[in-house]
Amino acid sequence: MTKFLLPLLFTGITTMAHAQADSLMDMLNEGSKPAKEYTTSTFKATRIITGSSVENLAMGVLDFRIQHRFGRISEGTENFFGIDNATTRIGLDYGITNWLMVGIGHNTLRKVNDGFLKARLLRQQKNGMPITASYYAGMGIVGEKAPAIPAGTEYFFSNRMSYVHQLLVARKFSDRLSLQLMPTLVHSNLVDSSKYSNNTFAVGAGGRIKVSKRIAITAEYYHRLTNEDMPTNGVKTFNSLSVGIDIETGGHVFQMMFTNSAGMTEKAFITQTTDSWSKGELHFGFNISRVFTVVKPREFKGESKSW
Amino acid sequence: MNRKLLLIALMLVSAPAVFAQKYMTRTARISFNATAPKSPENIEAINNEVANIVDAKSGDIVFQVPVKSFKFQRALMQEHFNENYMESDKFPRSEFKGKISNMSDVNFAKDGTYNATATGRLTIHGVTKEVNVPGTVTVKGSSAKLKAKFVVKLSDYNVSVPSVVADKVGKEATIMLDSDLAQK
Repeated sequence: MTKFLLPLLFTGITTMAHAQADSLMDMLNEGSKPAKEYTTSTFKATRIITGSSVENLAMGVLDFRIQHRFGRISEGTENFFGIDNATTRIGLDYGITNWLMVGIGHNTLRKVNDGFLKARLLRQQKNGMPITASYYAGMGIVGEKAPAIPAGTEYFFSNRMSYVHQLLVARKFSDRLSLQLMPTLVHSNLVDSSKYSNNTFAVGAGGRIKVSKRIAITAEYYHRLTNEDMPTNGVKTFNSLSVGIDIETGGHVFQMMFTNSAGMTEKAFITQTTDSWSKGELHFGFNISRVFTVVKPREFKGESKSW
Repeated sequence: MNRKLLLIALMLVSAPAVFAQKYMTRTARISFNATAPKSPENIEAINNEVANIVDAKSGDIVFQVPVKSFKFQRALMQEHFNENYMESDKFPRSEFKGKISNMSDVNFAKDGTYNATATGRLTIHGVTKEVNVPGTVTVKGSSAKLKAKFVVKLSDYNVSVPSVVADKVGKEATIMLDSDLAQK
């Protein structure tokens, strides 16, 4: 028995030295409460393509965005494949807290001024909450001159306004794949109320597949559930479908896309898209965003400004 | 007789673990600077959630670094750090497991500042390398303070820097450690 135990003892002592560091590591593991591991970077940007993603700006970050949608590629050489006719949105977004962001913008299309807020309600975790959910609310005010209207009627300021409410529900399934669903309500104050409701219900679906660390393929589709045949200015409308590519460089994300929607507010692209993929009426477009850190994280407070 | 021997054997094996003097913290700070020489902006980050434990008897020393807890001045840098450079979903923790190699020079029972060198295995981004890290141990009553500064080459740990940002992100990172430990 002694013969048997002695070697055991020796091996015990010699392995101990190696095991020591591991046992210290175990001690650290034991005492620590399992930290909540939140999923980050479900999407690369705060927009999947034109519609919002569940991503928020971090607190104190200002995002200057320029969005372009060129004319139809099918316009051909006469308008340089649509490049001659662009609609633009210039916007400023800001992260008030890590879960609340706001933004304002101006669109060349119908001179719409828009504003929105986006609040994160749920956050996906590694072992727990399976989804990230955000509430998005926006409004738009048409800025162009009042249209010609029948004598005796009045074009109220409220006629210019529209509202949008969205629930954004997303899940990052893997490092590569993220999908999002967006039940949406667009309320337009001015519609042909003899035939259509002020409320258009729609559901959107979007996602991204990362093809490399810095490049992702994106897609976004909004399907109207009501008012599907509602025309805009007498022109037939279609559901909005966009496919794009996100390219990340050091300071910003380029988003380039093909879409049948020239508009960039929810009301415009969900209810007023007049072009159709099946007729080849596509627009090329891009979003550029540049972020500025306005308020530094508290770890860096007291250092000089860097922008 | 056999039982006694077994008991002694057991005690011998377990005694150092039970009676050893240990110092510990979960709020040690590790910061790094990976700014390229002529970069217009600083690539630096701070992590205040580092766990550290030191065995004052054996000199064993262990660090655990939750990678996602590094805070950057710019949120976008932090995102890129986690997404593109450290892949912190795949490699959530960096670790150091080692020993103070000159324990004879360090007296945890007596107040004072001692030069010390830690030798061991550093794991970053899933890659483990043997390293020697010079630093100081300052003992004061029942607390101890570790300080160290060393340089790692990013390519040693398979962290690649794309050429578009090579003018900002350097090839090396200077790592600074500051750990205030209390006797456990």
